[in-house]
Formats: sequence, C-alpha cells, structure tokens
Amino acid sequence: MNTHTRLHVQSATIGYDRRVISRDLSVAIPDESFTVIVGPNACGKSTLLRGLSRLLKPSTGQVVLDGADIHSFKTKEVARRVGLLPQTSIAPDGITVADLVARGRYPHQGFMRQWTEADEQAVARAMDQTTVSDLSSRLVDELSGGQRQRVWVAMALAQHADILLLDEPTTFLDIAHQIELLELFSDLNRAGHTLVAVLHDLNQAARYGSHLIAMKDGQVVAEGTPDQVVNAELVEEVFGLRCLVVSDPVAGTPQVVPLGRGEPGRSSRPTGTEVET
Amino acid sequence: MSAGASSRSRLAHTHLTGAAPAERVDFGRRVLVLRRWKVAVRVEWRSVTVCAGLALAVACMAVLALMTGSYQLSPGQVVSALTGGETGLVHDVVVEWRLPRVAAAVVFGAALGVSGAVFQSILRNPLADPSVIGFSQGSYTGALIVILVVNGTYQQLVGGALLGGMATAVAVYALAYRRGVQGFRLIIAGIGVSAMLGSLNTWLILKADLDQAMSAAAWGAGSLNGVAWNQVIIGGVCIAALLLVAGMLSRPMRQLELGDEAAASQGVRVSPARLGLVVVGVALTATVTAASGPIAFISLVAPQIARRLARTGGITFAPAAFVGALLCLAADYIAQHVAPTPLPVGIITVMLGGGYLGWLLFTEARRRL
Repeated sequence: MNTHTRLHVQSATIGYDRRVISRDLSVAIPDESFTVIVGPNACGKSTLLRGLSRLLKPSTGQVVLDGADIHSFKTKEVARRVGLLPQTSIAPDGITVADLVARGRYPHQGFMRQWTEADEQAVARAMDQTTVSDLSSRLVDELSGGQRQRVWVAMALAQHADILLLDEPTTFLDIAHQIELLELFSDLNRAGHTLVAVLHDLNQAARYGSHLIAMKDGQVVAEGTPDQVVNAELVEEVFGLRCLVVSDPVAGTPQVVPLGRGEPGRSSRPTGTEVET
Repeated sequence: MSAGASSRSRLAHTHLTGAAPAERVDFGRRVLVLRRWKVAVRVEWRSVTVCAGLALAVACMAVLALMTGSYQLSPGQVVSALTGGETGLVHDVVVEWRLPRVAAAVVFGAALGVSGAVFQSILRNPLADPSVIGFSQGSYTGALIVILVVNGTYQQLVGGALLGGMATAVAVYALAYRRGVQGFRLIIAGIGVSAMLGSLNTWLILKADLDQAMSAAAWGAGSLNGVAWNQVIIGGVCIAALLLVAGMLSRPMRQLELGDEAAASQGVRVSPARLGLVVVGVALTATVTAASGPIAFISLVAPQIARRLARTGGITFAPAAFVGALLCLAADYIAQHVAPTPLPVGIITVMLGGGYLGWLLFTEARRRL
C-alpha cells in the first residue's frame, strides 16, 4: 500500500455545534489514490469530507495537509491544493459554461489579475478533459444533468488542485451518466489527481476505487483495496445487509449481490407457478 | 478543438495583448481581454457597450433636467454654464440651483442600484433589496420617534433614521445568525422584524397630531427637494468610498453565488465576505436615506433591469449603478416637471417599482408555462 499521504486526519473530533459525528478519528488519504468513502446514511462520510476540505474545523485533533494543520493555511492556499465538488451547487442565472468553469480560477486570481494567459489555458484544458469544450458557449441552465455535472467537475479542475474531493457526485444522475462520470474520475486519477469520493453504490466503489474507507457511526470500520474491504461479513457489519460477494464478470472486482429475504442458494423471486395471472 | 470552433472563438475575442494567444475560450459572448503591465482583466463587450449607452443616457437626462424649470434654458446654455462659460442668472440657475439636485439623483441612484445588487446577489433572490434586512422600516421608526417623541430638528431626524435603520439591520443579522448567516434565514428574520416595526410605525402615526404626521409622511416619501451642495459632496464622498469597497468585494460576491461550499472550497472566506457585503449594502442605502429620506424600489429594480440589458451571468455592479442613476434621475424629473403638481421622487419610484413587479411576475409566470 502507498504509505505517502499529503492529506490525513489526526485523532480529530468532527461535528456540528454540540453534535459530535466522529470522535478520535484518524484516517489517511493515500497519494494518487482514488479513495472512496462508503457507509450507511448518516455514518459521517460527508462530515469527514467536509473536514478534509476545511469546511469544518475539528474541535480536537487536526486535519493535516502537506505536514501542517489545514487551518493554518490561507484559504486561497488550501484552495490551490484541495478542490471540492459539493453535493449541491448553484449556477447563477444566465451564466455560460465557460464563464462558470472560469470561476474555478478564483484562488489564482487577484483584484488586478483576473484573467491571465494561465487562467485561459487552465479553463480550456479543464473543459477539454471533461469533454465540455463544445458546450462552452451554452447556458448552464440549458444543459442536461450529466452535462451539468461535468461542467462542475471542469470548474473544480480549473482550480488546479492536485487533491479533489467529490461529495456524492453521481447522486442525481441516471446509471449511464453515473458510469460516464466515474470513468472520467478514473481518467483523472490516472492523470495524477488524488481523488476522494463519497459514493452510495458499493459496486461502483469497488469497481472504480483503488482505496476504500468503510465507515459506520462516525468511525472507520475497514480500509484497504476493494478486495480487502468488500466481503460479505463487512457488508453485513457496516450496512446490516446480508449479501453474496461475487466477482464482477467485467472488471473482476468484488460485487455485492443482496440476498434480500431469500436464503443463500435459493431464489427469492416467486416461482413460475406463483406469478401466473 | 475543431478548426471551425477555434476560428469562431478567435473572432469572438478582442485582445489588447501583443503576443498571439495560445488557446482561446469561447464564452458564447464577445469578450474584451486586456493584458498589459500588471493588469489582466476580461469584460464582456455587451457590458461595456451597455454601460457606455447608459452613461450617455444619464448625461442627456441630466442636461434635460438642468434645462427644465420655471426658467427654461437651451442645451447650449446648460453646457456653457457647466463649462464655466456663463455668469449671472444662467450660472446660478444651472450650477447653484439645479445641479446639486441632478448630481444627487445620479450619485444616490447609483448607490441604490449597487446596494440592491449586493442584496440580490447574497440572498440569491431577484426580489431582495436593503429593506429585506429591515433597514427601511427601522429608519422610518427612528425618524418617527424623533418627530413624535423628541420633536427634534431635521438633523436629529436624520440621526434617528440612521440609528433606527442600523439597529434594525444589526438585530436582523443577529437573529439570522447561526454558524454564519444563510440567505434564507436572513429573509425570514427580516420579514418578521419589518412586519413588527411596520405596525409600530402605523401606531406611532395614529398617535401623532396632524402636523407631525404630515412631516413624517413627507420624510418617508423620500425627496430630493432642498438637497444642497454640501449634502451632495458629503454623500458623494461616502458613496465613492463605499463603491470602491463594493468593487473589491465583487469577486468574492460572485463566487458566493455558486453556493457557500463551492465558494469556501475556492478560497473565499465566506462569513467575513458576506458580512462585509451586508455592511456595504446597508451603508450605501443609509447614506442616501440620510440625505434624501428613503427612495424606494430603485435598489430592487435597477439590478434586474441591468442584468437583462447586459445579459451577464449573475449580478454585476457597473450596469446596476448606471441603471440606478438613470432611474433616479428620470423619476425625479417626472416628479418635478411631468406630474401635475411636484411630487417627492419616492412616489414616482414606488409607482415604477409596482409596474416592474407586475412585469416581472408576468414574464416569470409566462416562462414557467
């Protein structure tokens, strides 16, 4: 396992006001990994991501970026190193794709330097990587959900941060667009980005992630490669779901097949005689 | 990028740089890029031309306002008076009598336009203006208390209005505060506090005798009557400083339009930026209120008209300032010269605002169908 990490959480207590979500949490993001955080609803996945992105300040312990407390950096300095694709973002009325992607350049700009040659190149490249160059002059309001999400990814890429945090990036997309986006993340990961995503779909996590972190009740239950993490016992422990783990026929990664109310080895579907109408 | 697309995007740019650009981004709009010395900025052509057109319209309107009155002048006389070519009565009429009022309308209108743009941006709501945070009702309460309880002078009235407005804004902000301020909470707190103060204001007016109620109503309508040079200069200096601060906060403001999390992850310090914007927005309106009483609706209407003219993504200050100046000037002209009897400018802007609201509702409803 890759032991180098630029971003890790050191025995941190993270939560909102008086409500503690995670106590004494320690977790490291391996460099150049595609780390996927999985776990049931309200297990602290998004809270961890918010801690990693500096949106939440731990009440004890710290989040360490490049050897120093992330809260000791200037906000723009963090933004040049760590980007975030929030779960929900708002596109201002009447904004075009290129204009929105260009907003990602904020941490590199100043009052006098708002649109340098470097800004222009970064925006062009980000749109190219996410294949939205052809849409650049379109209004964001007119795009489909899948296109729009790629534009938001382009905005985060234009920020030129090596580490990219993705908060449930596939939630509002249909299955084809989910896969398309995950393939894009795979490409970005191969191109050198460290990615940390919160995903709901275990099978997608196992297929696209290189490093999985399974969480429950604010604590890390297991971490490692998909093969190390995804097994029937762990899925039952974390999600309370009885399942069979088989090998994905395409990628060979572990795949979770829920048992539902059926017994192992017996189909839970109604038999032919029962469905007659 | 295909050859066709790149040639099109090259057409869509005007570059004031020496070197041939490596890669061009097509913004779907003609943009003007200026990269010289330490400056690198990008503006949309349409914004530039709209602002220039509005500036010209403001200048024409100003000349018209300076010509009109019981002593009619020609455009030539006005221009020559402004450039120091006239003495005697013409000079006095233009420079001493009419110009302060015209300058006040332009400067105050611009301030109101920008103030409205600030609130519409941070609340992400086209119907937001400084009254959302309770400033208008609060300043009216302050003024009423000075008129009715203290029976104070005009200066005291202005002080009371400012104090009332500021105190209300602080109270609304504090009520809406919970781990930073969200736009929605601000609107709810503002509506609640404004409603309470509104009923208090009604009660105060009912308690007052006729003279007091009349003078309160006169102040409350907002008027540029009796605006003199010293008010214009003091107000103008304050407004210029505030506009400068607003300009510096305009980039964080545009990032905040993307949502708090996106803005924070891009390096915006969300809470200080938003607080700074609220303070600037309230201060701009407060300066105008101090000099002329509350002039309603310009801050509501100007940013939206500006956005539709300039077709910018999100809210931008410069077109809103020019539209505000033009609206205020035109409304004051109508109030003075077109209405059968001279009216306070605030009455005309309220009528304009009502028309605007109806139009906005109408077009929004049609778009949804």
